[in-house]
Amino acid sequence: MLGRLGLFVLTLWAAVTVNFVLPRLMPGTPADAAVAKLAQNGPVSEATRAAIEAQLGVPDGNLLAQYGSYLRQVATLDFGVSYTFYPQTVSSMVSQALPYTLLLVGLVTVLAFVLGTLVGVLSAWKRGTWLDALPTLSGSFLSTFPYFWTALLLLFFLGFVLHWFPTTGAYSATTTPGFTLAFLGDALAHAALPAITILLTSLGGWILGMRNAMINTLGDDYVTFAEANGLRGRTVALRYAARNAILPNLTGFGLSLGGVVGGSVLVEQVFGYPGIGYLLFNAVIGQDYPLMQALFLMITVSVLVANFLVDVLYGLLDPRTRR
Amino acid sequence: MATPHTGTTPSTSEPDVQHAPSAWRSVGRVLATLWDNRKARVGLVLLAFFLLLALVGPLLAPYGAKDNTFPRSQDAGTAHWLGTTAAGEDVLSQLVHGARTSVLVGFTAGLLATAVAVLIGLSWGYTRGWVAEVIGFVVNLFLVVPALPFMIVIAAYLQNGGVAVIVAVIVITGWAWGARVLRSQTQSLRSRDFVEAARFSGDSAPRIVFREILPNMTSLIAGSFFGAATAAILAEAGLEFLGLGDTSVVSWGTMIYWAQNSSALLTGQWALLFAPGLCIALLALSLTLVNFGVDAVSNPRLREGSRARKADR
Repeated sequence: MLGRLGLFVLTLWAAVTVNFVLPRLMPGTPADAAVAKLAQNGPVSEATRAAIEAQLGVPDGNLLAQYGSYLRQVATLDFGVSYTFYPQTVSSMVSQALPYTLLLVGLVTVLAFVLGTLVGVLSAWKRGTWLDALPTLSGSFLSTFPYFWTALLLLFFLGFVLHWFPTTGAYSATTTPGFTLAFLGDALAHAALPAITILLTSLGGWILGMRNAMINTLGDDYVTFAEANGLRGRTVALRYAARNAILPNLTGFGLSLGGVVGGSVLVEQVFGYPGIGYLLFNAVIGQDYPLMQALFLMITVSVLVANFLVDVLYGLLDPRTRR
Repeated sequence: MATPHTGTTPSTSEPDVQHAPSAWRSVGRVLATLWDNRKARVGLVLLAFFLLLALVGPLLAPYGAKDNTFPRSQDAGTAHWLGTTAAGEDVLSQLVHGARTSVLVGFTAGLLATAVAVLIGLSWGYTRGWVAEVIGFVVNLFLVVPALPFMIVIAAYLQNGGVAVIVAVIVITGWAWGARVLRSQTQSLRSRDFVEAARFSGDSAPRIVFREILPNMTSLIAGSFFGAATAAILAEAGLEFLGLGDTSVVSWGTMIYWAQNSSALLTGQWALLFAPGLCIALLALSLTLVNFGVDAVSNPRLREGSRARKADR
């Protein structure tokens, strides 16, 4: 337990440091980029350049001093001011976008994991029948669809053609956000299309992962033994085989839970859903480096934390990992 | 991952492997088992079609990929089977030309990512002590850093780098999973008799790893390759779609980017979006189907048909 915690802290430090080193390894500075953007409209004077550099905060001091102040910033969650949405602070923008992503992608990911795992158990148990073939084939077919393409198709057919769902944003312009029934219903309707997209594209992976792991455990001696003892089929499948087969899927769940915050870029971009992914995309397009760095750090840290928690849970479920 | 793969086909079917089997023989055996598998057979045929298209596509295309002398935003018709783009290019021609980029990026990135995975996974599995610990730490770091945001951020820093940057970005973010799978297999092969024998006859560690252990992992390596290539094709399409690739290149990803840019959905020109997306999906599907067969090679319990039942009992 202590070793795991130590490794977690070490990984966290490494990720935070990568986020510091990455922009410094890359060619050009944010100020260069801003000047280049201005230069498209005409020559840029030295004074303008100096003003831009002062405004964007050119890193001062040697690398070590920069690293020190960066760590201080991270610790206090102060990521400065956004370039593109000046003078909004990065922290306030992130905290506005976060709830949308957490509710939409978080809930759907949990739903997909539970649903996919159950279907996986079923198809392994009914191996060779249509109950196996239908979910495995359609699941693997759907999971090879490009994320954004599925999103576009749903947008076109269910949004534009059938008018079943609103096509953009997180709520209508006419409703005011708040804990009213009208707003919640409206927000749900807006979340429906992105949610269906994520569910459709991620379900296949869970089904296949669980099915294959399940087939492996079904061939193991202790399952044969349980069957030979005359235990009911359902008991064998769920209490014996599935309990052990779920472990690899659980690791994947940890990875995808963390990926929730970042993996939604494409879907949020297609539906104009104002979550973290959408924010990241806009930060990249606008070369908003402070925002980009903060978002990437937040995404990475959430992955790490989710993994750590799943790791702990894994240890509780599988006594073999406890030594 | 628990270690579901207790051994590759060659080592389980011949318990007394004294020498590493010849690489060609195991490749042949892998292909034969692949063809036995119904899903893999469909995948191989589909894959062959796309490879051929990538190779000779430009000869088959009715027009040039960037020939924009046609009426704009036309619906499908006899002159243009899939219509024209908002810039007046023939959609079918772009589709046929675009195959090359997707196949090339997918296979190059898949191959490079697999090479890195083999190199790191095998050394990680064979060494012990602090070297293995350090490698393990780095691999786990790359494994948990979320790939898509990482790709987007790197691609954003290296703007307009073109296809090479896309490939590099995909390789950087795509090798870690394969390395972990290959490592656990290496660990289990390390203590086998033929490796012990090689060690006692004084072979060097690199020789043992790459001449004795590597040939026993053909199907696992093939599996990582197909997995990495699938991921690469989807990643390339995603990055191109976001406009982070080279938007002047004609590929399936950029076709969707430009279609989205010219609001093809609103004007009802959905073939513009539908066709390239379907091609990406089918190419990725073909690789996934082949991988089903590869899985069956390395794990006899997943095999179909008569052989499967024998292996099961």
